[in-house]
Amino acid sequence: MSALPPFEPLRPPPSPDAAPAGRPMPERPALAQPGGSRAMVRVAAPDLARRAQMERTRGRLVIAACGFAALFTAVGMKLTLATILDPATPRLRAAPRVPTGEPTIGRAAITDRNGEVLALSLQVTELYANPEEISDPVAAADRLLGVLPGLDRERLVARLTQRVVPGTERAVEFAYIARNLPPRQQQAVNDLGIPGFHFRPAERRFHPQGSAAAHILGAVDVDGHGIAGVERSFDERLRNDRNALRLSIDVRVQVALREAVQKAIEDFNGVGGAGVVMDVNTAEVLAMVSLPDFDISDPSSLMRAPQRPGQAPRPDQDPHFNRATVGLYEPGSTFKLLTAAMALEYGTANIWSSFDARHPIRYGRFTISDYKGKNRSLMLPEVLAYSSNLGAAHMGMGVGPARHREFMGRMGMLQRLRVELPETARPLAPTAQGWRDINTMTISFGHGISVTPLHVVTGVSALANGGILRQPTLVAQAPGTEREGVRVISERTSETLRRLMRLVVTDGSGKGAEVPGYFVGGKTGTAQKTGPRGGYLEDKRIAAFVGAFPMNAPRYALYVMVDEPRPNARSHGYATAGWVAAPAAGGVIRRIAPILGMVPETERAPQIQASITIPLQPGRPARAAPPTAAATPPAATPPRAVAPASSPAARPAPAPAPAGAAAPRAQPLPVPARAMEPPLLRRTDAAPVQPIFVATPPLARDAALATR
Amino acid sequence: MAVSRTDTSTLGRWWWTVDRWTLAALLMLIGFGYVMMLAASPAVAERVIGTAARSLLFLKQVVFLGLAAALMVAVSLLSPRAVRRLALLGCLGALALTAATLVIGFETKGARRWLAFPLLGTMQPSEFLKPCLAVVTAWLLAEGKAAAALRAASARPGLGLLHGQLLWPALAMLLLGFVAVVLKSQPDIGMLMVVMSVFLAQFFVAGLNLLLVGVIGAMVVAGGIGAYFILPHVQSRVDRFLDPASGDTFQITKALEAFGNGGLFGRGPGEGRVKNALPDAHADFVFAVAGEEFGFIICLLILLLFAFVVVRGLVRLLGETDMFVVLAATGLLAQFGLQAFVNMASSLHLIPTKGMTLPLVSYGGSSVLAIALGMGMLLALTRRRGSRAEGGA
Repeated sequence: MSALPPFEPLRPPPSPDAAPAGRPMPERPALAQPGGSRAMVRVAAPDLARRAQMERTRGRLVIAACGFAALFTAVGMKLTLATILDPATPRLRAAPRVPTGEPTIGRAAITDRNGEVLALSLQVTELYANPEEISDPVAAADRLLGVLPGLDRERLVARLTQRVVPGTERAVEFAYIARNLPPRQQQAVNDLGIPGFHFRPAERRFHPQGSAAAHILGAVDVDGHGIAGVERSFDERLRNDRNALRLSIDVRVQVALREAVQKAIEDFNGVGGAGVVMDVNTAEVLAMVSLPDFDISDPSSLMRAPQRPGQAPRPDQDPHFNRATVGLYEPGSTFKLLTAAMALEYGTANIWSSFDARHPIRYGRFTISDYKGKNRSLMLPEVLAYSSNLGAAHMGMGVGPARHREFMGRMGMLQRLRVELPETARPLAPTAQGWRDINTMTISFGHGISVTPLHVVTGVSALANGGILRQPTLVAQAPGTEREGVRVISERTSETLRRLMRLVVTDGSGKGAEVPGYFVGGKTGTAQKTGPRGGYLEDKRIAAFVGAFPMNAPRYALYVMVDEPRPNARSHGYATAGWVAAPAAGGVIRRIAPILGMVPETERAPQIQASITIPLQPGRPARAAPPTAAATPPAATPPRAVAPASSPAARPAPAPAPAGAAAPRAQPLPVPARAMEPPLLRRTDAAPVQPIFVATPPLARDAALATR
Repeated sequence: MAVSRTDTSTLGRWWWTVDRWTLAALLMLIGFGYVMMLAASPAVAERVIGTAARSLLFLKQVVFLGLAAALMVAVSLLSPRAVRRLALLGCLGALALTAATLVIGFETKGARRWLAFPLLGTMQPSEFLKPCLAVVTAWLLAEGKAAAALRAASARPGLGLLHGQLLWPALAMLLLGFVAVVLKSQPDIGMLMVVMSVFLAQFFVAGLNLLLVGVIGAMVVAGGIGAYFILPHVQSRVDRFLDPASGDTFQITKALEAFGNGGLFGRGPGEGRVKNALPDAHADFVFAVAGEEFGFIICLLILLLFAFVVVRGLVRLLGETDMFVVLAATGLLAQFGLQAFVNMASSLHLIPTKGMTLPLVSYGGSSVLAIALGMGMLLALTRRRGSRAEGGA
């Protein structure tokens, strides 16, 4: 110790009152002070007592020192524990808020199949007031109005005024003032410095595509909960999974379809319209419009459209009404495709069957007749091409009511569609007991039953895609996934139907839908609307076209409908589907096919056309000519309309091989065996031609196959 | 230091007689006070006052720390007798000012402890009362001891109950009682506890009968239990200490997270994150900030400095013969050590939280100056003196 005195050798021996701790007593004053020795000599009693006190004090000092040492040791041990041995993991407040560009939003976005945003949530600021903290509501309201002039003064004052929750004693401490403040206004309100105004973050749903897919997306309420459309049906999913929901919609197709339908409505002064584009193989809905529609982004459009005074309410004029999934319409002639498919599938008719279209059918008080009838017997392709109600009725009766209803059920025409929308409708159709002959007759040409446009296009997809019915979906499917489906007709029947649909466009009522190079096929349908008290309304029609393209290898089905079209000059006074819906469908295809990556086929057009042709009046198959494709009449009997078919180069596309190679493919019979028998309706059919038509060719081929 | 041993000037004598190890430890603690103020004050200043006041807060404390070092050295130059006089004056003055807080003090956080002075700013007079009172009570107790020694030596029993053996300690208790009443009315229970504990430590070291020690110990325990059942905030605090899940333990949770975040070496100066969420980071939880930014090693160093000053001070008193010096130094050391212990143990969740500053390290002008005054007195009292008898009473 540097503090030690330097003159240690001069120190006298330890005195009796030296410190007991062994520590040398510093600087005994013995030498310096003569009085010291006196004190030592006269060891008085008080000194002794004092020394005894000091002894005791020293003992206590040692205890105190030990006590403090123990306390500090304990602190040291706890310090070791807290920092090294068992450190607490800090739950740090989320680092100082630095904008990352990633908004903290709760509801997932919705995109179309290409990732184009259809709906997304953005962060906004809500302004609310605590009336308990506002002493002068009028002054506060006036000052706030200086910043937010859009607010209603009286309502604002009422909201800022202190009051109690009705029915309770509790004071109201929360009142919304504005739910969507931009930062500038937020700052301005803040700068007012009025106590009682508070902000809180919120989010708001935006639909950047406006009204393009309004009915599909639906809407959210002010609290961000889905109340309609996909927003509602996927509400849980959108709130829990923050990944964007990818819909099957292609917004480009959606916009094109919307414009085409809109144009058709305007051209023919319709009150509304609908359109659907569907992938026939996956049943994904690529586009679906219902017009008139609404702008989801505009909150005021959430309110019901004002009704014109003096007019009965018309729910189907509400822009929120989705004609495509909720609108129930008589499908009209478009259903003749189903009737034909059914008759072919059950074998009660084949393509050579002919049906009496000369005489109207009278059934009780009903009379069925044709619109611009041909007044002769029509063969099956003609029934479709000329859209003969009589022919279709006879065809349906050939199958019979029980099987007809069963087939309609299989095609999904009697049930609600299981599409991912809350807004769907159950078709209106006769019950099992109520389905009589007359129902089969009318439903065969699409009357006496009401289905939604989506029903029709879903059914036609199944007819065109090879016979598999799939429930439509609005969610994008991963490429290559095979969606579950039900076989409703055979491949063979589907193939025939494709030809028939194509025939309607090339030679029948659907000519307006033709787009060169895309081999459109389909069927028109004009149906009268029913009035509110039942009964058909004259001059209130639905003009629809349903079809698919390209018919040689169908990819997309589409449906276009105009509600209550009026004739115009260009349509030569007609307002039927062939003049209204078919051209609109053609316009849609012309626009969307390139968007979907399809190039019009012009070079091989004749060959492809030949491969999917069916004559209006198929000739009887000759024994010598082996059929090369299902239900295809041999090229040996050239149909009137299709000259190139006679050329050898125009072999049907599905079987381009030479005739000899076709046989080993062992294709099933073109017509089921039961079709050999004359259909039931034949009795009414006084056909000039003897019904000898069918017997030989299939049998001959059967024999040929058997011998191989 | 070029101070010759033969230098007989005041400074020269001081240098060769003062306890330089303790002085060095205290100056190091003042240094830590400077560093910790840099670490802990910005967070608090920003939260409480605003960014603009940061440098002001900082500058103020730098001035206070400098003043504290100067005050400590200046007081340590005094002789024990002068120390006693200073303490007596200081005690009376501080007591008067403390009493005045009840009348003219301003209220913060529900207590009237502060006086506002023009130019000087605010001060907490009770902080200065603490060391002065410890010295004064030491003097009274030492007088009592001396009287007892005289009485034991004399043949006549003396004046009975009125004898100095009882009169002096009674006077000390009377003084203490008055201080207790004033502190209770502020209220400043933490300060009151320190004052009482220091007095008990002095009584104990003065050679209090072990039976009485036991009785007083039992009374303290009983008082603690009584406070638990009578005072709701004491109960809540103890409950939260015993079972952290039972209530809001935000402070202590954050403090432990700060220690845990620091680990062995700490996050580095200015890198603390938990400290921003730590209430009173600059005062009652400054140790936790040290733990987060400088880690276990520095915390241990701070702890060892406190332990060194207290234990070394107490052990050095073994060589003393003057009862007044022993008791006064004991009181000052006990106050210093107790405050350090309560602060560090509180922030480490070793005892229920009790707001108390960490001597010299925590932010606060009054606290730092008062501790410096006390430590200056300690250094003055424990200086090696030419004559032991000279300083005695």
